[in-house]
Amino acid sequence: MTEMKLIVTNKTGLHARPAALLVQTASKFASEITISKGESDVNAKSIMGVMALGANEGTEVTIKASGADEKEALAAIKELFDNNFGE
Amino acid sequence: MGLKGIGASKGIAMAPVLLLKEEDIMISDYIVDNVDTEIQRFQEALEVSKVQLEKIKEMAEQKMGKEKAEIFAAHLLVLADPELVNTVENSIKSEKKNAELILDRTIKSFVQIFESMDNEYMRERAADIKDVGNRLLKNLLGIEMVNISQLDKEVIILAHDLAPSDTAQMDKEKVLGFVTDIGGRTSHTAIMARSLEIPAVVGLGTVTQTVQNGDFVIINGDTGDVLVNPSDEVINKYKEEQREYLEYRAKLMELKDKPTATKDGKHVELGANIGTPNDLKGVLNNGAEGIGLYRTEFLYMDRNSLPTEEEQFEAYKTVLEGMKGMPVVIRTLDIGGDKEIPYLNLPKEMNPFLGYRALRICLDKTDIFKTQLRALLRASVYGNLKIMYPMVSGITEVRQANAIMDEVRAELDAEGVAYGKDFEVGIMIEIPTAALTSDILAKEVDFFSIGTNDLIQYSTAVDRMNQNIAHLYTPYHPGVIRMIKMVIENGHKEGIWTGMCGEAAGELPLIPLLLGLGLDEFSMSATSVLPARELISSLTKEKTQEIVEHVMTLSTPEEVESYLKSVIE
Repeated sequence: MTEMKLIVTNKTGLHARPAALLVQTASKFASEITISKGESDVNAKSIMGVMALGANEGTEVTIKASGADEKEALAAIKELFDNNFGE
Repeated sequence: MGLKGIGASKGIAMAPVLLLKEEDIMISDYIVDNVDTEIQRFQEALEVSKVQLEKIKEMAEQKMGKEKAEIFAAHLLVLADPELVNTVENSIKSEKKNAELILDRTIKSFVQIFESMDNEYMRERAADIKDVGNRLLKNLLGIEMVNISQLDKEVIILAHDLAPSDTAQMDKEKVLGFVTDIGGRTSHTAIMARSLEIPAVVGLGTVTQTVQNGDFVIINGDTGDVLVNPSDEVINKYKEEQREYLEYRAKLMELKDKPTATKDGKHVELGANIGTPNDLKGVLNNGAEGIGLYRTEFLYMDRNSLPTEEEQFEAYKTVLEGMKGMPVVIRTLDIGGDKEIPYLNLPKEMNPFLGYRALRICLDKTDIFKTQLRALLRASVYGNLKIMYPMVSGITEVRQANAIMDEVRAELDAEGVAYGKDFEVGIMIEIPTAALTSDILAKEVDFFSIGTNDLIQYSTAVDRMNQNIAHLYTPYHPGVIRMIKMVIENGHKEGIWTGMCGEAAGELPLIPLLLGLGLDEFSMSATSVLPARELISSLTKEKTQEIVEHVMTLSTPEEVESYLKSVIE
């Protein structure tokens, strides 16, 4: 299992398009991936889960990936965050 | 088969029927023997839903562009959501119950989570989840779904009733007309049809049970006739009538840019009633001289939250600019009764038409009122704005509303935000006591606009949507005419103009009478403007006076109606 802490930097937070992008990206990998905010852990491949997390701008989240492609998964997700989800 | 209903929107249309039936989804509850089969049913429904949504997404991308179509991409993600799928499958396995039951329950629990979130955007997503859930359920139960915003051939839509959101979504190029079981000339369906300029026949009773999907119909929105599967002979006759009608409209178009005046030079103003900025095109194409009523409640309906000040400001600005200096009367929020706004959590009332609605809500929930007034005042610099308060029963409400308007002015001054300094502020006359105290009201407002739809309902105690008594609803009632006369006279005594924005203003038989009574402005659906202008140009002041004098001697609505109709023959 590998984990990484990231900060949500785009203005609208993990809503709408960013959430969809995150879920689409996470779903490409075989590993189990979760995203946590505080006490809440959600499945990063679940659109409803990610949206329900309600991660606003400035929130720190922890991404955990567990599986054969866990490193690639985290790298892909980090890239999304770094690019502000294309915004 | 020939049926007769109420002609609600002019014109003739012919096409196969598309029947819209809102099936109540019955969710059964039973134990399943074979859990695997049940899970497979669910998987199949998922697959079918996915294919449907992908097709809709593609069509939407072509028609509306990639951005607007994104909502369907979101729906596809919900279908693929492992939380949803795993929860349903695991529950089927553990409880051994049928898929519909488990799915319905699971969707409801997700919807609840989203509906209870603080964030407005999240609450709106609940509607998306509900929508996808419904699609899944219908596919599971084998119920066919109809999407009226994407049609592949021309149809006439048949339904029990049509909601404003149905009519707004309709693929106008493919929907040639509509037909409903319930409604009258002034019901919402009828008003929407006229604004979309589609022929419509309403109030047929049980047409959704007699006519079937695919039957060919000819509808005449003037006479209220609906012919089902007519012979070729009949079809040709109607095609001829259709051609003549189009020629008539072309002739009317010549009056488009002309002012409205009687033969002997008395001028009045013809305006149009609108619901959204999209109606502007129809207003300008039909030669209206202003907008006599902009119904702002469309900004508040069919959504999950209040419209923001910015959203409202943009809508008002668009309309004011689009009318290029011509007057625009914007009515403040008028909801309750038959227009529900679920997110306001208004109390359920025994008598919503006599209840907490319109101005009463605004004077109580002043933050909502102020937001609207702020947007209106800020927009006023972009055109010729007139603000109108609905549902006024007496002078006290006017003073209270104006006091709030003054507060808003002070706030905008403090913020250094510009607003128009001399727009008019007037009121709807729709409650009988307002008509009866119009002498008092005229002293403190800049204009009256008579809202005949509700004035008639309140004063004759008739619900126009009640099929049993709808025939008692009539603008030809001597009592109604006396009130109109009183209001116009009281208005003129104080030097203010009186207009009418109820549907009666566009009823040709009433126009000579209203002219004679001194009505200054007539606001109606856009397509009624040119016929009204044509009629007015054929009248003289003397003739209209004669008409008034005669009408005032009559005792019953039937006598008045039959006389006025004979005048315009």
